Amino acid sequence: MSVVDRQEWDVVVVGAGGAGLRAAIEARERGARTAVICKSLFGKAHTVMAEGGIAAAMANANPHDNWQVHFRDTMRGGKFLNQWRMAELHAQEAPQRVWELETWGALFDRTKEGKISQRNFGGHEYPRLAHVGDRTGLELIRTLQQKIVSLQQEDKKETGDYESRLKVFQECTVTRILKDGSRVSGVFAYERETGRFFVLEAPAVVIATGGIGKSFKVTSNSWEYTGDGHALALLAGAPLLNMEFVQFHPTGMVWPPSVKGILVTESVRGDGGVLRNSEGKRFMFDYVPDVFKEKYAESEEEGDRWYEDPDNNRRPPELLPRDEVARAINAEVKAGRGSPHGGVFLDVSTRMPAEVIRRRLPSMYHQFKELADVDITAEAMEVGPTCHYVMGGIAVDSDSAAARGVPGLFAAGEVAGGMHGSNRLGGNSLSDLLVFGRRAGWHAAEYATGLTGARPPVDDVQVDTAAAEALRPFSAEGPAPGEDDGRPPENPYTLHQELQQTMNDLVGIIRREGEMEQALEKLADLRVRARRAGVEGHRQFNPGWHLALDLRNMLLVSECVARAALERTESRGGHTREDFGAMDRKWRNINLLCRLTDPTGGLAATDPVRGQIELTRETTEPIRADLLALFDKEELVKYLAEEELYE
Amino acid sequence: MSSYKARFKVWRGDVKGGGLKDFEVEVNDGEVVLDIIHRLQATQAPDLAVRWNCKAGKCGSCSAEINGRPRLMCMTRMSVFTPQETVTVTPLRAFPVVRDLVTDVGFNYQKAREVPAFVPPADLGPGEYRMMQEDVDRSQEFRKCIECFLCQDVCHVVRDHEENKPAYAGPRFLMRAAELDMHPLDAAAETGLDRKKTAQDDHGLGYCNITKCCTEVCPEGIRITDNALIPLKERAVDRKYDPLVWLGSKIRRRSAAD
Repeated sequence: MSVVDRQEWDVVVVGAGGAGLRAAIEARERGARTAVICKSLFGKAHTVMAEGGIAAAMANANPHDNWQVHFRDTMRGGKFLNQWRMAELHAQEAPQRVWELETWGALFDRTKEGKISQRNFGGHEYPRLAHVGDRTGLELIRTLQQKIVSLQQEDKKETGDYESRLKVFQECTVTRILKDGSRVSGVFAYERETGRFFVLEAPAVVIATGGIGKSFKVTSNSWEYTGDGHALALLAGAPLLNMEFVQFHPTGMVWPPSVKGILVTESVRGDGGVLRNSEGKRFMFDYVPDVFKEKYAESEEEGDRWYEDPDNNRRPPELLPRDEVARAINAEVKAGRGSPHGGVFLDVSTRMPAEVIRRRLPSMYHQFKELADVDITAEAMEVGPTCHYVMGGIAVDSDSAAARGVPGLFAAGEVAGGMHGSNRLGGNSLSDLLVFGRRAGWHAAEYATGLTGARPPVDDVQVDTAAAEALRPFSAEGPAPGEDDGRPPENPYTLHQELQQTMNDLVGIIRREGEMEQALEKLADLRVRARRAGVEGHRQFNPGWHLALDLRNMLLVSECVARAALERTESRGGHTREDFGAMDRKWRNINLLCRLTDPTGGLAATDPVRGQIELTRETTEPIRADLLALFDKEELVKYLAEEELYE
Repeated sequence: MSSYKARFKVWRGDVKGGGLKDFEVEVNDGEVVLDIIHRLQATQAPDLAVRWNCKAGKCGSCSAEINGRPRLMCMTRMSVFTPQETVTVTPLRAFPVVRDLVTDVGFNYQKAREVPAFVPPADLGPGEYRMMQEDVDRSQEFRKCIECFLCQDVCHVVRDHEENKPAYAGPRFLMRAAELDMHPLDAAAETGLDRKKTAQDDHGLGYCNITKCCTEVCPEGIRITDNALIPLKERAVDRKYDPLVWLGSKIRRRSAAD
């Protein structure tokens, strides 16, 4: 049917944020011809929005830091649900990944000795975050972007063509992973600018598409975060892991309404900012959970002393992991002690001189001044929780980043699950991108170049089916085949808004059984209506069409979140049940896996009762003994079930 | 919350041509121009093409010209206009239109490739870099750039002079050359690469006549002209006209001390 442009590459990387670019650099350096596909312009990926820093135990600020301490912090932050081997690799390799950035031209803030400066952050025992003011993500993405350009310059010198070994297809969207039997054979994509379809044939595909936040109404995420990679993996037959864990960052802007959800960096608290309620009380002292009791200050005086003398004082509870702080803010607001616009107060103005605030938090100063008319050097900010990150994701092998069950498919960064367990620590995302981006690129290149025999062929039928699926929104007016009613097409923007409202209200920060059941019904209804999402105009740079296509992904991923959240009858990290308020040790070693019920996507998509997602439980591999030995027995008792402790 | 109906004129069309289209659209407290463009998409013009991403002034995607001035749509509050004022939104003028508010910014990516990359010092491994904060301050200022290309759009050298594009990298990429030149550990000189010379000879530094338009439109407040372009010009001039440098360049290869 369709004549579609085809190109051959060794490795295709979907997504050009930190993980995707790091994967592409690695694959190209290991000799694989590598293509990167991204929805936005090169260098605009969501990673630019990361503010606070990159967590790596370089011990520049505190000599006691090392990978074991970082590993411990990461496991505690994730409430021991982390895929421990990933947490181990991450803690061990992060310093190398940061230092390597300097050799590519990155300029981090410095210590007095001229080393990379490191700052405090929630859940990290020592100052650990390499940073550039509060625009670390920009530095990361620009450095990787410029490294890619430098590789292209080398290729130009050698071959006469910048793009002979490494090419970025910007403003293109992948809608399907193509397969030859069980293995990957390429991707089907469209160019946003022209609407033209094309196929990249490749034996190895790295998914690095980031998160899912655009399914929620209040979010710090950009439009790109529609769960594309999660959905692509599901549709290709790979399972998703622990999708119930969604991180609500405690501090998003709450006013004005148009900026509600935009991130206020955790550095504000890391550098000394405090949270207060409408009564002026530093309420976080009331919200230190049992598992963290020994590690946090009991009085404001002690907490304040910690900034100067961390060896003899405990840290203030404003620096608890994000899930704890977000729940606390939610509870204060609910109890009627919130700020005028439904948040709480975050104050640095009384804690630091104006000049220091402007130097350490320049973009926060700018953001509040420009968007809210608030001068953060003179008054408190109003903040509240905002959907920020998904801990769940594609189930991967810890060492190779290979997705389960689909040879040739790899995943890294936010789209991959496991690393962060039930809750991610701030700063661990940027390091995750680098550590596992590199690993994914490395193993994808190795897989692609090590294939013996013919490359997996691309199946024409799959290409035609993908093209028809992508074109459906243009013919949505008439009744679909087999249906007799001719209802008018649905507006994709309206569907999207309803989806966001549903997830926000019914599967948000505090969850209840009845509401999640209601959400599943609503999602089924939206799924049926989304089949009728219609668009006006033509294929050239048509945002309505793009959104109509992204809806499929958001609906799939939202169903995963809702089903897994309904199943897990406990509260842990980024999953809080009002009806099961406590953490349950029996759930510690349980992973929930989501798979597509019907891989052809036909019946399930239109049938409101049957969902598209099937859940299975899996017991995790026991934590290796030498890693368990890094913790005190008294601490492990709080997390691990009896039988796990005896082994 | 107060809300009102605003009059908007938005350029719609493509490479074949187009024109301003009138809209009446609701505006609420605290909103920015990008919110209004999104409302138009959701309610009146679903296929209105616009680039955006972070909506927080960090990614530099939503560049456009608002009442003729190059700006980020996400950082332009509606409160800077009176409710009676018509707000006109047009695509960046210096780049070819793709559709509606989206332009082909490929020029910038091409220029980015032409600036020689950072050269790591041969004798330092990862983890061995030592730089003082005061020595990285200046280059860090330039690295705040979000690549919105507003400076590239406003610069009169290319804004109305398509013919200058091949020879001129524009403020953003001249600043990139300055950034690398001021990087305390860049080892370009050791490899025989003189960044001041390439800025002058290959990237068209001489075309810039310091009208500071780039600095005025920079949403990051980077002092492009004063801190990047003028110092780069001074260094380039020093090199060109310093008789000792001239003599040195005739009798031996330039050393690291250059």
